Amino acid sequence: MSGPVASLSAVAVDYPRGRALGPVDLALAPGEIVALVGPSGCGKSTALRLLAGLEAPTQGAVTRATGRGETSVVFQAPTLAPWLSARDNVALPLELAGVGKREARAAAEEALAKVGLASAAAARPAQLSGGMAMRVSLARALVTRPRLLLLDEPFAALDEITRRVLADDVLALAAELAPAVVFVTHNVEEAVYMAGRVVVMTPGPGRIAGEIAIEGAVPRPPGFRTTAAFRAAAEAVSELLATASERAA
Amino acid sequence: MKRILPPLILVAALLAGWEIACRALVVPPYLLPPPSAVWTALLESWPLLLSSAWATLSTALLALVIASLVACGLALTVSLNRVLEDAVRPIAVTLQVTPLVAIAPLVTIWAGIDHPERAVIGLAAVVAFFPIFSGALAGLKSVDPDLARLFDLHGATPFQRLTRLRLPSAVPALLEGHKVAAGLAVIGAVVAEFVAGSGGAQGLAWRILEAYNRLQTAKVFAALVMLAILGVALHAIMEALERRLLHFWRGR
Repeated sequence: MSGPVASLSAVAVDYPRGRALGPVDLALAPGEIVALVGPSGCGKSTALRLLAGLEAPTQGAVTRATGRGETSVVFQAPTLAPWLSARDNVALPLELAGVGKREARAAAEEALAKVGLASAAAARPAQLSGGMAMRVSLARALVTRPRLLLLDEPFAALDEITRRVLADDVLALAAELAPAVVFVTHNVEEAVYMAGRVVVMTPGPGRIAGEIAIEGAVPRPPGFRTTAAFRAAAEAVSELLATASERAA
Repeated sequence: MKRILPPLILVAALLAGWEIACRALVVPPYLLPPPSAVWTALLESWPLLLSSAWATLSTALLALVIASLVACGLALTVSLNRVLEDAVRPIAVTLQVTPLVAIAPLVTIWAGIDHPERAVIGLAAVVAFFPIFSGALAGLKSVDPDLARLFDLHGATPFQRLTRLRLPSAVPALLEGHKVAAGLAVIGAVVAEFVAGSGGAQGLAWRILEAYNRLQTAKVFAALVMLAILGVALHAIMEALERRLLHFWRGR
């Protein structure tokens, strides 16, 4: 358990219209929470797909210590199957891995209870609010007890209050299972609030401009957003983003 | 009620204008019969028209079933293989843009001159085939890319991908395709009866031809009214069916 859960070494990705990412280096220690911050087009989502093994790099090496089914991804949209109930959506990854239907459903109900949706197990995605659907998506990511949890701007479509509640939920759930978490966002405060390490990226092609460690216990104590440490860290990340973008432009 | 009233008033006004114009201008009834004459013709021959409507409808429905089976089977096969799809698509499009009446003689010959009803079913099925085929194909490919990534991530087998992702994703497009195809099947059946139907044909097109040959223009109109009712009713039924099934599919 001492080596990195996943790492990118001198990784670059080229698309037909040019270089999208790299070269970048990034290593994830077990249980740590890393936020990738940057403007659109900086390769955050590409980096996430590389870590998930959903995309192959053009250059460099991606190493993953996780086996099949030990990586989970939460996408920008809830990405639920509209024809399945919340419970069956959550059970899906287990069933795809060959777990029996009854066992998978029991695990799904437990996961739904953890995100506070025990009573919505039979509901279809169309009957859920945006925040509830995102919670189902989160339950689906956690039901396989992943060692690596990747979140691609998961709260982008939600209102500010729901965002904050969900951020706390993610932290609480992550504390329980202790997976390494990579969290893509372009919201600086969200990144500082959730991560132990904020990695700032710049576009054209996507590079890592620098990273800032965030002090303090995770999950965050109440009122963390109003502390001087939080303000200072957010200020530092914003400054790094600004100077890096200036240099890129 | 507010939405039904304007078209009702418009239709009533048009019918009244038509009736008045026919009487005032003394239009010969073989040229344009007044609505009252059409109504009389409807009252006189409605049992025959009803059985003809049933003949056309059952032809169209049988054609729809055949088209559905062939189109879904072919779409599924083709969707599994990119090369196959590229090979089949231009042929399908070519057949689609060829007018139905142009291929009717061929189909009539192949069906056997003694079996015009087979030719009619075959031609109606050809027309109904395309919306179902393209709907099914589009549906099978309309998978949410992130949901597909989830299947990748958890190592889904090709069979799981088909039965648990692509088939259920295709349902809305399939329903839409069948709704369009049902309307086209009726049109196809009528056109095919005109071209191929003789002797054994009992459908509404035959009633129109028959009345036309005797210059019984009011009866032509009566058959047209029946055809319009059939088309509207089938459309309404298919739309209600689509809504119900979609409701079931997404649970709301």
